This record gives sequence, C-alpha cells and structure tokens, in this order.
Amino acid sequence: MPATFLRVQRGMLGIIATALIILSGPVLADDVIRVSPSENAQEEIQEALILAEPGQTIELAAGFYKLTDGLSLDVANVTVKGAGMDKTILSFKGQKGGSEGLLVTSDQVVLRDFAVEDSKGDAVKAKGVDGIAMINIRTEWTGGPKSTNGAYGLYPVQSKNVFIYGCVAIGASDAGIYVGQSEDIIVTKSRGEFNVAGLEIENSYRADVFDNVMTRNTGGLLVFDLPNLPKQGGHNVRFFRNKSFDNDTDNFAPEGNIVGIVPRGTGMIVMANENVEVFENEFYGNDTVNIVVASYVDEFEDENYQPTPKKIHIHHNKFGKSGMDPDPGQFGTILRETVGTPVPDVVWDGVLPLMDYLFFGQAEEDSLALHDNTHLDGVKPYGNANMIMHVVAPIFHSPDFDMAPYAKSYPSLPAVDVTIRGRPAMELVAQ
Amino acid sequence: MKGIRFWLLLFAVSVLGGASQSVWAIDQNKLLATKPARTLSEYGLFQDAGARNQAEGLVLYELNNPLFTDYALKIRYLYIPKESGPATYQEDGVLEFPVGTVLVKTFAYPASFEQPDADIRYIETRLLIHKRDGWKAYPYVWNEEQTEARLKVAGKRLEIPVVWADGKSDIINYAVPNMNQCKGCHVNADKAFTPIGPKVRNLNRQAKGKSENQLELLRQAGYLKGGPENLEESPRVPEPFNPDDGNLQARARAYLDGNCAHCHSPGHPADTSGLYLNYEENREVHWGVNKPPVAAGRGAGGLLVDIHPGAPEKSILLFRMDSTDPGIMMPELGRSTIDQEGVELIRKFIAEMN
Repeated sequence: MPATFLRVQRGMLGIIATALIILSGPVLADDVIRVSPSENAQEEIQEALILAEPGQTIELAAGFYKLTDGLSLDVANVTVKGAGMDKTILSFKGQKGGSEGLLVTSDQVVLRDFAVEDSKGDAVKAKGVDGIAMINIRTEWTGGPKSTNGAYGLYPVQSKNVFIYGCVAIGASDAGIYVGQSEDIIVTKSRGEFNVAGLEIENSYRADVFDNVMTRNTGGLLVFDLPNLPKQGGHNVRFFRNKSFDNDTDNFAPEGNIVGIVPRGTGMIVMANENVEVFENEFYGNDTVNIVVASYVDEFEDENYQPTPKKIHIHHNKFGKSGMDPDPGQFGTILRETVGTPVPDVVWDGVLPLMDYLFFGQAEEDSLALHDNTHLDGVKPYGNANMIMHVVAPIFHSPDFDMAPYAKSYPSLPAVDVTIRGRPAMELVAQ
Repeated sequence: MKGIRFWLLLFAVSVLGGASQSVWAIDQNKLLATKPARTLSEYGLFQDAGARNQAEGLVLYELNNPLFTDYALKIRYLYIPKESGPATYQEDGVLEFPVGTVLVKTFAYPASFEQPDADIRYIETRLLIHKRDGWKAYPYVWNEEQTEARLKVAGKRLEIPVVWADGKSDIINYAVPNMNQCKGCHVNADKAFTPIGPKVRNLNRQAKGKSENQLELLRQAGYLKGGPENLEESPRVPEPFNPDDGNLQARARAYLDGNCAHCHSPGHPADTSGLYLNYEENREVHWGVNKPPVAAGRGAGGLLVDIHPGAPEKSILLFRMDSTDPGIMMPELGRSTIDQEGVELIRKFIAEMN
C-alpha cells in the first residue's frame, strides 16, 4: 500500500494538471508531492527528488525513513519539507553508497523541518548553488562524538545566498555547520553540540553569524582561510550575539584534518582571514581559550595565499571564566607555555611573515582592534603569544600582554543581504 | 520539407512498429522526445531484443583509460544521425557532438572471468542523448531473461553473482546510478550535463579488431571533422595497464584522469578540494603531491597528504582507492569493489616517486 502511494499521488496530479491545462492554459506548478515512510522509501524519495518540477514542494510525512544510498536534488526552486526536525527522520544508518545524506546541486532550494541522521559522509551538502535555505534542519550522528562520524553536518560550499536558520548539528567529526568557499551567508538561531568545530566559515566572503549557541564542541566558532583552493581570501565576516561556552569535547577529528589542530575548549579561532568583526558575543567555560587569532602555519605552495589574519575587530563581547586547563595537545600546550594560565581571553599568535616579524612589525592598518570587552577580574584580557620566538629560540621568548597598541576601532562591517526566491531570506522562515 | 519528413517518419515508425516487432529502425523522435522511453528497445538502436546486434549507424568504440566499475565489461557505441553532421574535433575536453548524438554504454559480466568473452550477461545500458535542450542520461536495467531493459530513473541496487578468474565465486553489490548520480559526474564547469569519455586523448587508439585508428574510423563514418590530417598526431593518454604504452607516471596519470578527473578537475564537482587529477594538470601540489586535504573527514584516514612521494601507505589518494566504505572510498559512485590492479598501479607510482 505505501509503495503505490506516491504513484497514485502523481497519477492524480497528472489528471488534475491535464484538466487545468485544458481549462486554463499553463498551470502554475504549485502542487505538492507527498511521501510517507515505507520499505521503498529510498526509491520513492529519490524519484520524487528527480521528478519534482520547479515550484513544487516535496512533503515528507512524519516518521523514520531507512535509507541505503545518498539522496540528491538537482531541480531548481524546490522545497523539501518534513513535519519537524524530531518527527521526520531520514536515517542513513544502513547507507551502502553515496558519500553524503542529501546533496543539493540546484538553485533556490529550501530544505526545512526534518533530520538527517548517521550519514556515512557529510549529512546535508549544497554545492555550487545560488540560493539555499536550511531551516530547522537537524543533522546528527546518534552514536555521540566519534572519529568515524561524517565530516560536516550542514555543508553549503561554493555557493551564493546561503541561509541557515534554526538548525541543530550534533556529532560531526569536522564541523557541525560549515560554510565554505561561498558568498553572502547568514547563519542564525542555530545550535552546535559535540562537534569538533561547532560552526565554521571557511574561504568565504560576506557572512553574518549571529544568535547561535555553540556548546560542548571541541571548538565553538571558527573562521578560516586555507591555501590552494578555487576560492580563497576569506573576508568580511561578522560574528555577533552568539554564545560559545563549555566547549569541552576532546578533539575527535580523524588525523590529517585541519580541524585536528583545534584544542578542546576553544571558544573561537580566527585564522588567516581579513576583516572579521566579533561583537556582543558571550564566551565562557572554555578550558583552553576564549578567542585565538592565528596564522596558517603549515607549509603551503600558493603565491596568492595570505596566511596572516588582518583587521580583526573584537569589541563589546562578554568573557567569562575560561583558559584554566588548556588541552594537553600541541596547540593547547604551546598556549600554556607561552601565555600561561589562565590563558588571556584574546590571544594573538604573533606570527607574521619573517621580514615583518624581524624588522617592521605588523602594519598598523592591519593589526587587531580590541575595545569595550568585558573581562573577569584577574584575567589578562589579551596576550601576544609570540610563537615564532617560542619555537625558534625559546630562551629569548617573551609574551606580550600590553593591549594599548590595539586600543582602536575599525568601522563596523555592513550587514549581509541574502536573497532567495527574490526576497530577503528571513521571510522564508514564517512560511 | 523537414516537417514532411518528420511526419512521414513518424507514420512509418508507428505503422511498422505496430505491425511487427521484428522491424528495427532507429527512432529519432523517441530519442529526442522530452520524456524517455520506458524500454530500451523502443529506440530501435539494436536489431534484436537482447541488444546484441547494433543498428546501422552505431559505431563501436573503446577508451584508452576507461573508468573502473566493479570489473564490469563495457560495450560502447556512438550514434550520430546523418542529418546532424559530424562532431567537431577539439584537443581538450569532450568532442563537440551535435544534437541527436547518442552514446550507448552497456555494462555486462561474463558468467565467469575464467572465460571473459563467453556467456555475457547484460546488467544495464545507459544512454546519453544530446537532446535539443542538452544532454540527458537514462539508465535501463536488463531483465533476467535478457530480453528487455527498463528505465530506472531512481537507480537500483543489484546483487550480481560473479566467478573471478581464479574460480572463486562472489556477489557484487552493483549500484545502478539514479539520474542525479549520473549528473554527479557528468557535469561540466557550466553546470551542464556532458559526456566524459569521448575525448580525443582517450579515443586516440587502434580500433578493436581493425588496423585503423579509431578517430580515423569515426572520420570515415562521417562522425568527426577537423583535427590534424594524421590523427595519430593527436594528443593521447596511454593505456594505464599496458607497460609498453608509456612510463609509469604517464600511465598512472592516465588512470587517475580516467577514474577521477570527471570530478577532480577545475570547475567539476570535486574542485572544492583543490585536487585536480586531470591529465593536463601540471602543478604538482594540485595533482596531490604533498597536498593536505580540506574536507576529507575520515576519508583522510589519519594521513596528512594526498600523495606522499615514496610512501604509498602515507598517501590519502591510495587509502581512498583501497576502501569500499562509502564514507571513505573514491570514486564515491560507480563501484562497490576495489580495483586491485588500479591500486597496485598507483601504489607503484607513488612508491617510485621521489
């Protein structure tokens, strides 16, 4: 009976559509394809995703869908809607093929109100699209944090007009929410728990990340830029009104992943980006450090790549007790050894191109700006770890805790506009 | 004039098709229709229900560096309607095929690999049809009796019993891709669907059982125009497993080109990674040498770089080729077994790098 359900639905749609064509010419494709859980769920959902027409909605009824292969959508302007992130569950526990749960490669797609669990690779990926909304989606690896979990939960990449709202990401072995090589991005009202990185913006331009909660990850908020990629030079990212606290999960990234460097208990890492504004966030309970501003220090062969962060503007944040017990791994140890515990709330690694480091220092117009942050008594607000000297000639190493050179401000970055289906993305939420 | 021919053809096909199943003619209208036919035979591309004998106009071809698909045998044909004219020669990328072109690829297994040419069982036949609004891909799955292949848009998993060359029996968990999965590989930098294999560099070889170069045969068939007078001067990738056909590096790069570059090249689905395995890529870091991964997840296998010169066991590329775990293996689609010979080739290639 359930196996024939979809076919019957479509048959009826066909009849209705034909009738409408006869009566009134062209039809607006505003109809709905309904799918319910069944033994044949794999084929039914995938068939619906293939046969959907632009403008249509695929409704996934509440229930547990056992899937054996990755699903993919390549039709523009389609909505895939479940009955809620705890009601409609796409489970990939028995996945035999396809390296992600759901892959979207078409523009103007809205995904909402369902969960993707236990995919072998990434949970929900959108690649190379203009307009992707992920609203109230949960991605989770249900066995807890494990290195065998998939890399990313919500994963828009090489895309434009990216909107992530009200989502929950749990257990990713890289980043729960990861936006990479993209432009014009909003991530808001979302939650990341038990991921290596809670939320990461990488090699991207113009992102607003606000009102999110990141807790119990290895690291809460990350903004990175990496070499040798089709899109790099990440810049203009705002993080505001987020909470990143009690990030206390041991790093479980499979070795070889760049997030493997994140120490347990990191509130935020800013690496190699330019123009990042961090304001009105709360950071506390992070064992290693609240915020690190760092350079990409691995070797790279890429003459266009800029490994040092520039114009990082940190203001009006509230910093609580953190940095008491840095992770014993490499990065945590070097923090402990350079700036001591409690680790200052904002640490700059002090790494610069060698000539700049030795002779000129960092250009004034590129340096950190720190002002109007709230710190606990007895905690150093800022530290320059001076890591180059620590590595090259430890006996001459000395950290620098003087915040005076950074007592300046950069103009606030403009808000990001994300347009999907011709309207501001936020208008999609109420629908 | 064209209109009349169309109606005559349609009339002929409907009359003949209705009158007798034994009359076979390529049905241009079916091929170019918006909706695919339910069964393969409706197109008239073969002279028999089992598709063992091709219709006139289908030219058999082979590639120097075919994609590995669970050891399936592959039988490939090219068809270009006379009125569409020849494909245009170009050095890089896929030949420019006119509207109406059909690429036919049948995946098959012998009853036993001890006798790979005997008792061939067809599994699926994929059509790539260049319609007026672009290329479309349709997978047709063969029935048990080998009398009919039916369209499966959502793909299918099949359990296929095989006997390997050493006499051991096995079951292959074969996946017929769905239409989107087809596109997962067959997409070009403009996001348009496109064929992968028929590039000059892959087609440039002696035709099977003949003395001519394949490209020359295509030219004679009226399927190819342009290019150098002597087509053997065209670019060419070596056969990966033929030691007389190039040095180890060239053959390994040819293998990677055939098996990986449809995703791993600029503008293609895996360019996110910055790992470009197309034959033309000459920046070492981009074809993997000492290149750290970006988003490989556990696919990295605890290793630090895609190719660690001299150390295959430290190379992510080989680790992913040597796995069947969907979260690790590469390519992600199209195989459920390991290409042992491919793994050995790449292992040797990396081992001998310095």
